[in-house]
Amino acid sequence: MVEPIDTTMRLGRRSFLKGSGVAAAAATVAGTMAEEVAHGADAAPPSSGPGAVEITLSVDGKELKSSIEPRVTLLDALRDYLNVTAAKRVCDRGTCGACTVLIDGKSIYACSMLAIEAQGKKITTARGLMKGDELHPIQQIFWEKDASQCGFCTPGFVTACAAVLAKNPKATFEDMKRAVDGNICRCGTYEQMFQVFEQLTGKGA
Amino acid sequence: MKEIAYAAPRTVADAVAALKQANGNGKAFAGGTDILVQLREGTRNADVLVDLKKIPEMTEIRQLPSGDWQIGAATPCHRIESTVPFAEGYPGIIDGVHIIGGWQIKGRASLGGNLCTSSPAADSIPALIAHHAVVKIVGPDGSREVPVSEFCTGPGKNVLKPAELVASFVIPAMLPNSSGCYLRFIPRSEMDIAVVGCGTTLTVEKDTIKQARIALGAVAPKPVLAEEAAAWLIGKPATIESFEKAGEIARKAATPISDMRGPAEYRTHLVGVLVKRSLMTSLRRLRGERVDVLHDKLV
Ligand SMILES: Cc1cc2nc3c(=O)[nH]c(=O)nc-3n(C[C@@H](O)[C@@H](O)[C@H](O)COP(=O)(O)OP(=O)(O)OC[C@H]3O[C@@H](n4cnc5c(N)ncnc54)[C@H](O)[C@@H]3O)c2cc1C
Ligand code: FES
Ligand code: FES
Repeated sequence: MVEPIDTTMRLGRRSFLKGSGVAAAAATVAGTMAEEVAHGADAAPPSSGPGAVEITLSVDGKELKSSIEPRVTLLDALRDYLNVTAAKRVCDRGTCGACTVLIDGKSIYACSMLAIEAQGKKITTARGLMKGDELHPIQQIFWEKDASQCGFCTPGFVTACAAVLAKNPKATFEDMKRAVDGNICRCGTYEQMFQVFEQLTGKGA
Repeated sequence: MKEIAYAAPRTVADAVAALKQANGNGKAFAGGTDILVQLREGTRNADVLVDLKKIPEMTEIRQLPSGDWQIGAATPCHRIESTVPFAEGYPGIIDGVHIIGGWQIKGRASLGGNLCTSSPAADSIPALIAHHAVVKIVGPDGSREVPVSEFCTGPGKNVLKPAELVASFVIPAMLPNSSGCYLRFIPRSEMDIAVVGCGTTLTVEKDTIKQARIALGAVAPKPVLAEEAAAWLIGKPATIESFEKAGEIARKAATPISDMRGPAEYRTHLVGVLVKRSLMTSLRRLRGERVDVLHDKLV
């Protein structure tokens, strides 16, 4: 699961993006192979790639474009191509929840989805829950209860909580616990997290 | 992950054509919760991923005029459990679907993917078998139907031929006075792999068992039916004593391995316990009780 190919590329590309803006970067890494139509005896449908293709993602209310290979996960696209870093990469295999984003309101692991499939869907990261610089109420309570230590898991927990509360504003403490079944905090801030849930479900002070 | 092309066909026929054209190097791609990890780790290989989620037939749940239900193979677990009329009629299938991963996984993981990964411990399969579910398979040579009970052939192995797809599941209408249940034993409450899984269905008239079906997971190279135990139940009174005896008989159907999740003896012991509890839960449900298998006390 460790990809030897591009750790340096990732960092390089990301710092490069920071300096030059996504659009310019997109132009320089522009698709080597755009949509290509496969012609077979059975008239197979068109496929994209394996080279980079133009991908447009709606992230936190903005349309972002870049030239991205179909094998790239949504998480890598966000972090390494689009400079959206609220979703964290920890396990990169769908078990820890640090990369959780909302896709059309549902909580999904960004590391377990391809960027190309996320086109046309509304992607919300923990950053996108904020109004300008103002924290979302869930984030505010996380902060007040000091429910994070290193903070790597926090954006994932926050988005997972946001998904369940958006679906059911009357979610119970048990519902909240179940909504974060798929999130892990290595620092063990669960005690504080439970206080957050109590407050969010109207049980806490 | 090595370079991979991506195709998103709109019809089952186009998906089959794309897989056929890939000549053994194409992989069906539903929720991606298994395949993306396998590709990244290099345990599976593909040149093309054929995304099934844009095919309407493969993402629909509907009741057929016969009363049977048809579930598109790429339908995510979350959608299945949110389809109220189905969920109310088939609590046993929902027991399995509901515990596949956390929310993030359930929003993506499909029934077809769970079946085609063909893990002996897959949580959706025992209940599907207990409910007599059948899959419709479509491939370059046309389509065929295979009972879920005959689909898996070993760990990670199944009856699919090259370029074949599971298009949908058909789950027969429930008989009157019937219900089902799936229980999984894990040492914690969630996010783990079954030590043993047990799906049952039960039909009872006037306190006498008319039909029973018991399927076990994680105790053999593939999910298995405990046929002798189910046959023994027919005509017996629907009591905890009958279910306990069925559990004892069902142990014979288990040929488990010992691994980090538990020694073989322990798994065989658990088969008896889970069969009894699962049948008892099916009985309570067919009598109209709502049972949440994750939180209620089970006997
Ligand atoms: C954190 C985590 C927790 C999990 N917990 C559980 C659990 O508790 N219980 C459990 O049973 N599983 C669990 N799983 C595994 C579960 O997510 C998968 O088995 C899932 O159901 C696979 O479905 P998918 O749609 O994601 O399949 P994919 O990953 O898209 O595909 C899986 C395989 O099936 C093939 N395939 C998919 N659909 C079809 C089709 N229609 N026709 C032919 N071939 C097809 C693919 O080519 C691939 O080989 C877990 C996984 C993770 C990452
Ligand atoms: S990084 Fe996606 S679940 Fe861990
Ligand atoms: S605060 Fe460090 S992992 Fe949760």
